[in-house]
Amino acid sequence: MVVDSFKFLPRTFRPLYEGRGPFPGEDEPVWAPFEKRLAQARIALLTSAGMYLKDSQPSFDLEREQTHPEWGDPTWRSIPATASAEGIGVAHLHINDDDLLADPEIALPMHLLGQLAEEGMIGGAVAEHVSVMGFQERSLRDWHETTAPELVAHLRDQVADGLILAPA
Amino acid sequence: MPVLARWIEAAGIPTVVVTMMPSVAKERRAPRIVGVEFPFGHAFGMPRDRGMQRRTLELALRVLGGASDFGTRVDLDVEWPVPVREAYRAWQPKEPSPIVRKMLESPKSS
Repeated sequence: MVVDSFKFLPRTFRPLYEGRGPFPGEDEPVWAPFEKRLAQARIALLTSAGMYLKDSQPSFDLEREQTHPEWGDPTWRSIPATASAEGIGVAHLHINDDDLLADPEIALPMHLLGQLAEEGMIGGAVAEHVSVMGFQERSLRDWHETTAPELVAHLRDQVADGLILAPA
Repeated sequence: MPVLARWIEAAGIPTVVVTMMPSVAKERRAPRIVGVEFPFGHAFGMPRDRGMQRRTLELALRVLGGASDFGTRVDLDVEWPVPVREAYRAWQPKEPSPIVRKMLESPKSS
């Protein structure tokens, strides 16, 4: 079974994604071997659904996106693996957030990952997962220059052996 | 997102992208890809369907831990349990996003 990548996308959006090839300067293979057994590895999750902690973190900046439609907030949030669904907000103007708010696990399955760690399929889960807001300015300059290095430092700090990224 | 995965991978941390647009992730040269035929916003499945979410997450872990080659893509054989037209409408925001609004308005202004 091969997934239809455009099944749920409006037809007019398809040319925005398809046939554009690699991102400029990103055509060579990059590869970090996964050297441990899963049962000994610590795993991190990253969602681009714009999740944040309502009580202690600022939302992603949607007001600026409203006035600058081609811009998206390039910052990131650290989401504790113990966060409850009730404490999570979603700031993303490009998707309906009803299901994400009802069950954040559909984009950031951190409780399920914790369960797989308890069952022994993986060695562990990081204490702090990651959230970004996926709609970004086309050049991705801020993500490249600031966000990506910060995420790498965070993941190293969390002693992550691997990362699962899920676009919203 | 595939590009973000590449930058993190280049720093030495293995990555897998779980995506509803796996052919695009492949074009953008993501190192490891799991394709899901789910609506946007639902990378791991239906709300509160732990079985579906588990199948997706376990496949992501297997591809992360076991893929031997750059560009490995494995698709999840799970059908979205909602009729396509309904699911197509349901994932979209209640109001058009600012960029879509701008695109819709631009022919009028030209």
